[in-house]
Amino acid sequence: MQMPSPNPAILARKDALVARLAEVLPADAVIQDEAETRVYECDALTAYKCPPLLAVLPRSTQEVSDVLRICHEEGVPVVPRGAGTSLAGGALPTADCVILGVARMNEVLETDYDNRFIRVQAGRTNLSVSGAVEEEGFFYAPDPSSQLACAISGNIAMNSGGAHCLKYGVTTNNLLGVTMVMMDGSVVEIGGAHLDAGGLDLLGVICGSEGQLGVVTEATLRILHKPEGARPVLIAFDSNEVAGACVSDIIKAGVLPVAIEFMDRPCIEACEAFAKAGYPMCEALLVIEVEGSAAEIDHQLALIAEIARAHNPVELREARDADEAARIWLGRKSAFGAMGQINDYMCLDGTIPVSALPTVLRRIGELSKEFGLDVANVFHAGDGNMHPLILFDANKPGDLETCEAFGAEILKLCVEVGGCLTGEHGVGIEKRDLMLHQYSAADLEAQLRVKDVFDPKWLLNPAKVFPLSVTESRRGVVMSAA
Amino acid sequence: MKMMTPETEAELADAIANAEGPLAIQGGGSRGLSVAGVVLSTQGLTGVELYEPGALTLVVRAGTPVAEVEALLSAENQQLAFEPMDHRGLLGDAGTPTIGGVIAANVSGPRRIQAGAARDHLLGVRFVDGSGQVLKNGGRVMKNVTGYDLVKLMCGAHGTLGVLSEVSLKVLPRPEAAVTVAVEGRDLSSAVAAMSAALGSPYDVTGAAYDPDRSVAYVRVEGFSSSAAYRAERLVAELGRFGSTRLAEDSEAVWQGIRDVAAFHGRTGDVWRISVKPSDAVTLAPQLQAEALQFDWGGGLIWALVPEGTDLRARITVPGHATLVRASAETRARLGVFQPQPAPLAALSAGLRQQFDPRGILNSGLMG
Repeated sequence: MQMPSPNPAILARKDALVARLAEVLPADAVIQDEAETRVYECDALTAYKCPPLLAVLPRSTQEVSDVLRICHEEGVPVVPRGAGTSLAGGALPTADCVILGVARMNEVLETDYDNRFIRVQAGRTNLSVSGAVEEEGFFYAPDPSSQLACAISGNIAMNSGGAHCLKYGVTTNNLLGVTMVMMDGSVVEIGGAHLDAGGLDLLGVICGSEGQLGVVTEATLRILHKPEGARPVLIAFDSNEVAGACVSDIIKAGVLPVAIEFMDRPCIEACEAFAKAGYPMCEALLVIEVEGSAAEIDHQLALIAEIARAHNPVELREARDADEAARIWLGRKSAFGAMGQINDYMCLDGTIPVSALPTVLRRIGELSKEFGLDVANVFHAGDGNMHPLILFDANKPGDLETCEAFGAEILKLCVEVGGCLTGEHGVGIEKRDLMLHQYSAADLEAQLRVKDVFDPKWLLNPAKVFPLSVTESRRGVVMSAA
Repeated sequence: MKMMTPETEAELADAIANAEGPLAIQGGGSRGLSVAGVVLSTQGLTGVELYEPGALTLVVRAGTPVAEVEALLSAENQQLAFEPMDHRGLLGDAGTPTIGGVIAANVSGPRRIQAGAARDHLLGVRFVDGSGQVLKNGGRVMKNVTGYDLVKLMCGAHGTLGVLSEVSLKVLPRPEAAVTVAVEGRDLSSAVAAMSAALGSPYDVTGAAYDPDRSVAYVRVEGFSSSAAYRAERLVAELGRFGSTRLAEDSEAVWQGIRDVAAFHGRTGDVWRISVKPSDAVTLAPQLQAEALQFDWGGGLIWALVPEGTDLRARITVPGHATLVRASAETRARLGVFQPQPAPLAALSAGLRQQFDPRGILNSGLMG
C-alpha cells in the first residue's frame, strides 16, 4: 500500500510545531516522544504502520480549533482519530502528520428524553452512549461490532452501521447535528435537536467523509426507546441459494426483522469449533431476530417459520428462553474471534444486491481455490452487506499480498453485480485504489470538489479514500504551500 | 414560456451544457418553487429501471410520476415509507408530482419521525451538474459508504447542484394495519406532552400530530393487525393521563389530511413550514400570532397560516428554521423561500454551488 512520502520541510520543523502547540494545549496533551507516538502508528488494520510526527489529545472544541488553526498555518497534514478501531486504515498516520485524537472528549453534554436526543462529545464510545440512557429504557441504535471501543467521531467519519440497521438505519440516519471544526480552526454548528437541518444537507455529506472535511467534536444523536423484547430464530439450509431465497421471501411477505444474519459452512464450522454454540452442520445458516411484545414476537416468528418451512430447512430452532436466545447469537458473535483462533484474517465489507448472493458466494468459493486461501462468509443478509473473512498467515512471505489481491477480486465482484466496495467500514487506505472500479474519473472528481470547498489546502487526512494518483495535484498544493 | 423536456439523460446533459442563461428546474411543477429562467422539466425522463421487491429496491427515472411509483409498489404491498406530501391541495397547483421532485425537495410526511425522511431512503442518484456533466453517486444497495455521500447532498438541494435523472430508493413493506389513537387534550402543551410520551414508548409510533382546531392529538401505530391493535390499546391506556383517549375512525384519511395540511386548503394567506425541537413548539406557537396552526412530528414540524406578506421568521425565537411554502412571488423574493443560514454554513453552501454549477444557472437564487 503506497503512502505519500513525508515532506522533509515539515519533519525539519517538528520542534517549532511542538512549541506552538504547547502554547495552546496542556503539557500532557502533546505527544512527541517516539516511544509514545508509536501508540498511534496504526488502527485496527494492523498490516500498515507508520508513527506520526506528533499526536495531540485535546479536551475541548476550543483546543481542537487551536490545533487545527496552527496546523493550517504551518501547512501540516492532520489525521483525526477516534478510538483507532478502523478496519480500513482510516486513522493510519503519515510520518509528517499530526494525529488529532479525540478520546479525551467523552462527556455527555445533554440528554433530553422528551425530545429523544443525546448530545455528546464525539470521543465518547458508541456503547457508552447507549449506557448513558439505558436507565430510562432508551438506546442509540447503530451498533457496530466494535461498539465497546469505537468512538462516535469515528462512527460519524465512517457512517458506521451494525447488525440492526435493517430496521434502525446506520449512523447518518441517526445523526441530528454536529459541532465541527474546520481545518482553518473555524467552528461550525450544523443541525441540532430539530429533525431536519435547513439548507443543503451538509450533515449528510460530512457523515461518511472519513475525517476529510472537518473534525467533529460534538454530536447530537437520536435515541429510541427499547422495544418490549426481542427473540432470535435459527434456520439451517443445505444450500446458499435456498437460504437466499428464504430471506427474499421473508422480506416480500412484509416481515421486517431487526437483523438477518447469514453464515456459510466454513464460518459455521469455525464458530462451532470455537464457541460450541451447538449449531447444526449445514451449508447456510440464518439467525433472524424480531422485536416487540411476547405476542408480537410469536406472531412474526410463526410467519417466518411458515415461509422457511416452504424452503425445507434442515433445522429450525426457536429460542424458548433467554439462555437459548443467547446460544443462538453466541456462534455469530464469536465469528471474528473464531477466525482469529485459526489464523490471521482480513475482514472485507462489500455490499451486494441480496438477489446476487448465490452467484457471489459461488464465485468467492472459486476464487478461494485460485488464490489458495480459505474464506468464510458472514453476511447481514437483509441489507446485502457481506463480511468475507480471508484467512492468511502474516508470517509467511507473500501471504498478505495474496490475501489483498484475493480481497480486491471479491470487492470488484461486489461492484460487478451492482453492489459497492464498502458497506460500513469505509474506504480508508484499504479500498482507496479500487475506487475507479466503482466510480468514473468524473464521479470521483465531483467528490474531490466537495473537499476543495471544506479543506482547500487538502490537509485533513489527505492520503485516504481516493487513489493517490487522482489527488496528487491537490495534495501538491499542500507541498508548495509548506 | 419556453420549456424544455428532454427525454433521455443525454438530452438533459445537452440542454444544460448548451444553456445560455438561467434554467428553472422542475419535475411536474406541483410544488410552487419556480424561479425565473427557461423551464427545464424532467417530466420526459420516465420509466422504471429496476424493481426488486425481495431486495426492497427501486430504481426509477426522475420524471416518473409519484402516483405511478406508488401504484407499482402497492401491487407488491410495498410503499415509500417516508410518506411524501402532495402539495397540490395546499398550493392549488395542477401539475403532476414526480419522484425526482420529491427527492430534490426532500419531501417527507408524518412517518418521518419513525422511518426517516426522503433522504434516508435514497440509495443512489444519477444527475447532470451545471456544466452538463453526467455524474453518479451511491448505488442500489442499502449499505454503502464508498466515497462521499453526494446522494444526501443532492436530496433537498432543489436542483441547485444538479438535475436528477435517476434515483434509487429503498422501499419498505406496507404495514398490514394502521391504528390511530386520538387524545382529546386541553391544550398544545398537554398535546406535545402526550405525543412525547407516545414517541418515547416502546410501541414504535409512526405518526404524532396535533390539530389545534379540534384540540386532538393523533398517534399512529402500524404493523400486523394484531400487533397494531395491541399497541394502540396500550397507548389508549397510557395516554389517558393527558386527556380522553379513543381509537380514531378512518386512520388513513386522518393521516392524509395531516400529510397534505388539509386544514389550510382553500384558505387565503401565506403558509410557512417551521422545523424546531418538539418541546419548543409550546413556547413558539403563541409568538407566531398565526391565523391557524397545525403540528406534526410530535410538535417538531409546525405549519402556520399568516396574513400575506408577514415576515414570520422575525417572530421565531427558538433554534430551527422556517420555509416559506406558499406566498406571492413578491413576498418570496423579499423574504426568501429558505431561511438564510449562518455565515459559515452559507459560505460552504455557496462554495458547493460554485463547484457544481459554476455558471450559476440551476434554479439560481432559490436557496441563497
